[in-house]
Amino acid sequence: MFYREAGQFKKTYAADMAVFPILQDRIGLGIILFIAAVVIPLTGSTFFISSVMIPFLVFSLAAMGLNIVTGYTGLISLGSAAFMGVGAFACFKLTTSFPNVNILVWILASGFFSAVIGALFAIPSLRIKGFYLAVATLAAQFFLEWCFVRIPWLYNYSASGAIQVPQRTLFGHIITGANATPTTRYLVLLAIVVFMTWIASNILHGRVGRTFMAVRDMDIAAELMGIRLLPAKLTAFALSSFYCGVAGAVMVTLWYTGGEASDLFNIRQSFYILFMVIIGGLGSLLGCFLGSALLNIVPLVLKYGLPSIGIAIASETAEHINHLLVGALIIFILIVEPHGMARLWQITKQKLRTWPFPY
Amino acid sequence: MKEFKTIAPGEELLNVENVTLRFGGVKAITDVSFNIKKGEVRAIIGPNGAGKTSMLNVINGFYHPQEGRITYRGATRSKMRPHVAAAQGIARTFQNVALFKGMTTLDNIMVGRTLKMQKPFFWHVFRHGPAMQEEIEHRKFVEEIIDFLEIEHIRKTPVGKLPYGLQKRVELGRALAMQPELLLLDEPMAGMNLEEKEDMCRFILDTKEQYGTTIALIEHDIGVVMDLSDRVCVLEYGLKIADGTPEEVKANQKVIDAYLGVAH
Ligand SMILES: Nc1ncnc2c1ncn2[C@@H]1O[C@H](COP(=O)(O)OP(=O)(O)OP(=O)(O)O)[C@@H](O)[C@H]1O
Ligand SMILES: [Mg+2]
Repeated sequence: MFYREAGQFKKTYAADMAVFPILQDRIGLGIILFIAAVVIPLTGSTFFISSVMIPFLVFSLAAMGLNIVTGYTGLISLGSAAFMGVGAFACFKLTTSFPNVNILVWILASGFFSAVIGALFAIPSLRIKGFYLAVATLAAQFFLEWCFVRIPWLYNYSASGAIQVPQRTLFGHIITGANATPTTRYLVLLAIVVFMTWIASNILHGRVGRTFMAVRDMDIAAELMGIRLLPAKLTAFALSSFYCGVAGAVMVTLWYTGGEASDLFNIRQSFYILFMVIIGGLGSLLGCFLGSALLNIVPLVLKYGLPSIGIAIASETAEHINHLLVGALIIFILIVEPHGMARLWQITKQKLRTWPFPY
Repeated sequence: MKEFKTIAPGEELLNVENVTLRFGGVKAITDVSFNIKKGEVRAIIGPNGAGKTSMLNVINGFYHPQEGRITYRGATRSKMRPHVAAAQGIARTFQNVALFKGMTTLDNIMVGRTLKMQKPFFWHVFRHGPAMQEEIEHRKFVEEIIDFLEIEHIRKTPVGKLPYGLQKRVELGRALAMQPELLLLDEPMAGMNLEEKEDMCRFILDTKEQYGTTIALIEHDIGVVMDLSDRVCVLEYGLKIADGTPEEVKANQKVIDAYLGVAH
């Protein structure tokens, strides 16, 4: 009844081609942004901001990277965490080597490093579909992980292998390092994620996005429309790695304030991101956020939520239950709704559009 | 790249000479020659497995024949990549609908405009300026095709959800969006009911009239073939057994035998 497009006539193609053509959607988006940018920083506890919101945003960005290549282009990648690692170390090296350049510049620049590395690993395997690409990305994962541990230059020869993110400022505010408040880090991260999501949405709604999806849905027909498959897949891969790289860069600069970084980018992390994309929704930007939210919140609820309402639960048990739940969810999604939570949301919207009448 | 001539109506647009295509031991096409003139509807008919689809695949570069030559718009080649064929103005539809299932009707047809959209990636990042102008300009063109094919109501529907007849129509729309010089249609009416077939016939004739497109048509319904086509080429077991106007072909004894299944 309230969620309707009735009466909202589009007078131009530009209006019809807008990403959110329905007014209620635009209002909804505005409210979410307001909550994220104003309400949460003012009212959220330090714990909520640094342990819930920051990981949520970082992984949303990583999931977006994987979704571009897997959800939109139909190519499986098992190396997303490694490409995050490339971005993370690139950012660390860049900011320690050129401390005077603004950190935001380096965060975005790190994306280019992982885009190049991602494309390099993809080139030999893109001619072949499915299995071989998965294996090549797996090889990238192991090789890069090895580099992160074995090349001391990457972590500036620190004895423990830990990286210490130096203090950097933006408009006079400390935004990285041990002295930056969680709220500041969160706000910077939010701005980056919103910007990157906007860019992704632009790209995916235009010619480039259609090219990706055409390759995914029917590659022979795509070729016949004049799409060259190899460059298209390579673009998708580079773009995906770019997003993963930026996610890695913000992970070390705005989330971890210091510590051993090599362990963050292992194969488990890659699978974790893949699960987010599957559960959230392949080929949906909204899905990246939904998947990341769910997979970040479930373990927290088990770990802190249950004890706080009086259900004592050992942390190992919580871990096991978490694995069980994620596994069950994936099986459920694969069987019931291959397009994930994002599609469930769409169906709800469709129902709302006609509510209270069943048709 | 070779120079491509502009071909005047009635002149030879495509010439296939002595093409032979083998899959291992199977000969799908044996020494077939025929041509297509600009502006005509050229039917290719024949029983199942005669090599009709293979012939289209040879023309647009999916299959590379072992022997023979193909001359298109004055340039001769033996091998070609499909995306190059597309750039030279060859579009096609498939026997088993090959749409982009997860995309809407509108997006499917928009993909047909890909080759004409060349604004740099940079502008797409912002979806503003030249990229947006380009989107709007091609959207207008696509809307004309949508009007032409009478599929306004399914503009925003994911094509995977459409009934078969409409899917075939969207596929034609996607091919038309390429503004092809030569349009290859592989059984565009297979599995349709009478009304849908009549619509499709009308669209094919209108395409020829309005856009001046040359059409190569594979079809099993002989009535449709006789009505639509200017010339008919008949294949059987990979061999060409007849070629000519519908009347000539209809009277050809070999064709009658092939279709009635008379023992040789
Ligand atoms: N990719 C392939 N690999 C092996 N054999 C093939 C291939 N494509 C076609 N053939 C063989 O080539 C022959 C001709 O097939 P084609 O699909 O061209 O026939 P058609 O005339 O289109 O038949 P239909 O009316 O059933 O569509 C058949 O014997 C088929 O088995
Ligand atoms: Mg066939």
